[in-house]
Formats: sequence, C-alpha cells, structure tokens
Amino acid sequence: MARITAGIAASHVPAIGADNDLGKTGDDYWKPVFAGYEWVKKWQREEKPDVVILCYNDHASALMLDVVPTFALGLAEEFAPADEGWGARQVPTVFGDPDFASHLAEQLVLDEFDLTIMNHMDVDHGLTVPLSLMFGQPEEWPVKVVPLAVNVTQFPTPSGNRCWMLGEAIAHAVEAYPEDLNVQVWGTGGMSHQLQGPRAGLINPEFDNAFLDQLSDGTDVLRAITRLEYMREAGTEGIELIMWLIMRAALGPKVEELHRFYHVPASNTAVGHIVLRPS
Amino acid sequence: MRERLYPLEELNDIPGTKVFTAKGSREAYHLHKFCMSLMEAANRDAFKADEQAYLARFRMTEEQKQAVLDRDFNRLIELGGNIYFLVKLSNTDGWSVQKAVSSMTDLTADEYAAMMRAGGRPADGNRSIREGN
Repeated sequence: MARITAGIAASHVPAIGADNDLGKTGDDYWKPVFAGYEWVKKWQREEKPDVVILCYNDHASALMLDVVPTFALGLAEEFAPADEGWGARQVPTVFGDPDFASHLAEQLVLDEFDLTIMNHMDVDHGLTVPLSLMFGQPEEWPVKVVPLAVNVTQFPTPSGNRCWMLGEAIAHAVEAYPEDLNVQVWGTGGMSHQLQGPRAGLINPEFDNAFLDQLSDGTDVLRAITRLEYMREAGTEGIELIMWLIMRAALGPKVEELHRFYHVPASNTAVGHIVLRPS
Repeated sequence: MRERLYPLEELNDIPGTKVFTAKGSREAYHLHKFCMSLMEAANRDAFKADEQAYLARFRMTEEQKQAVLDRDFNRLIELGGNIYFLVKLSNTDGWSVQKAVSSMTDLTADEYAAMMRAGGRPADGNRSIREGN
C-alpha cells in the first residue's frame, strides 16, 4: 500500500535556481540560503522517497494564458524544464508516474475535486527549484514526480480551506493505491513576498513565523486565513502559501516537526522551509 | 445574494497593489501572448532586432505596446498585465527578476536590493489604504 511518509515545504525563488546552476551557492549572499537546505539533502538520502506529489504554481510557462486551471494534475511520463525567457534550466527532465497519477486523478474527481488533467506540460522554476534544493545537482532526479499545479495568481485562487480539503482527499487517494510506494507531498512557494507595484518587496516575518508554528499546532487558524488577508499580510505573491496547506492536510491531524529554516531575503522573497512527519 | 466574507472592493484597499483578475487577464491576453512568445530563442532574437516590428505581430493596444517599449512595468500592470508574464520580457533583457520588480517602486535597483537585505518592506503601514496601517 502507498503511504505518505513526510511533507515538505520550500520556497521556489527563480534566482535560487539560477544561482544553484551558476555555482554561486558559496557566495556571501546565497550561502545562508543554501545552507538552510543542507539538512534536508542529507535526510532525503536516507528517506529515499519513490514519488513526490509536488504542489507548485506555473509562472505563465505552460498555463495562465489560454487555460487557467484551478488545480491541474500532471499525468505524463515526463515533463521538460521550460524556457522562461533565458533558456531552459540545465536540469534533468522530470519523470512522472502515469499509473499513480491516473489513480490520484480518478480518486480526486470521485471525491468531487474537478481537476484538470495535463497529458503534456513543461515545468518551470516553481517545480524544478524545489527539486534542486532537495537533491542538489544529480544526473537524474532520484524520484518520480506528480505535478499538482495550483492557480495562485489569478483572483480568485482556491481558498486555503479548499486546498486543505484537497490535501485530505490526497491522503485518502494515496492510501487506496495498492502498490507499495514511499510518497512525499511537497508544498512550494512563499513565504511573504510581493513582486508588483509600489508595494513590491513586502516581507512579513511575524506572519511567516506564526504560519510555520501553526502548521503543527494551529491548523484551524491557517484554514481560516482569507485570500485578502494573505495578500494584505504576506503580499500578492505570498498567497502561494495556500499550497503548503495541501501538503499539511495530506499528513493527517498530527505531525512532528523535523526541521525548519527561515531566511530573509532571497531576491524579493522570504525563504521558508519545513519538514514534517505524520505522527 | 450570497454573503461573502468581505466585499470584493476590499481588494482595491491594499496600498500600491493591483490584484490580477480574470478581467485583467482578458484585457492583457495579447500582451501576455507576446510575453510568452519570448520563451523561444528565435523570437527573442527577432524582438531584439526590431522591437516595434515584432510587437506589430500582436493584437496589443497601442498603450500596451508603448509600455513594453518603455519597459514601464507599473503601466503594464495597470493595463491588465501580470508579473509572471512580464518577467519573460525582463528576462529577455537580461534583467534579474529583482531588477524588474524594483523598477515598479520609487527606489533605484541598488536601493531596493539594500532594502531587501535589510529585511524588506515592512507590513506595518502597508496593509490598508483606508486604515493607514
């Protein structure tokens, strides 16, 4: 039987990808950012997950123009890194798990989540930067990935509570999969940041740190945060944090916090990272 | 009428912010189509060789075209644009995302970078136009 063994959250700042790829991980600006992910890199070598359900948002690379799905699940055998305007990241192709992803799609629609199914999709930094943070620069990614793209850019995004409910349904769907799979669920993006207008550069460490705390002991509070409150408190792009709630809800009622990291800034963004184990 | 948690006009109460909506997305459709075309190297080369000729291929408004030529990101957002499309343009120019973002503030790129290193723009005073908090 498939089982969810951990949930991980990580920011997906594009500059982290660029600086990872350009070998700048040791310079004064980036060193503390990459140091924050050393623990998880070592830990992942022991955990050896088979597949990651990776909640992320597409940044106008494959979605957002002609189609704007609220939730889109990737069923392809492989997903190529997208060219975001400066050439595709030189990272390995991302391999999917069509059998497992088809099962998830089936179960989630039966559970009344009307997903969009993606049979072809390129993936951008939103998905590949977290892979780099977890696994460094391997020849091939050591996991299969089921991409779950969430609309966090065009209002109204799904609510945080809706994301929570999707995470709960994912837990049931994984449990119902007969194959023995070690599954992780990742929520990416965040934490506070705003990339537009005169208010750009907004960072709210009080909001971010309370959010990190409440992932363990205040999930009802997190579920009630409105879209407006995310945007006021954490910036228009800080609303990406709703994707962390999919991850958290998939872990069940209680979790043990294994690791946490928070750092300001990476480019325009407050970097947050947490590793949780269902308990 | 169904009760909502807050009136949608509240979205206009966040200082220095324009919330991207389906309506904006529609207004900026051709602008965004131009931005996404820059995901191909050959198109980036064509754009760099003759910006106006390249823009003429798209059914954008004249205001949108001018704002692209001016690299006026605040104006492009006013005209419906969303930053994730617009960074395809700044990436083509070789700008960092931080430089593109900083161009929308009243700071220079260096001043903005310094603000970020010092912890960013505080939420206090930047939450609500009406409340001034």
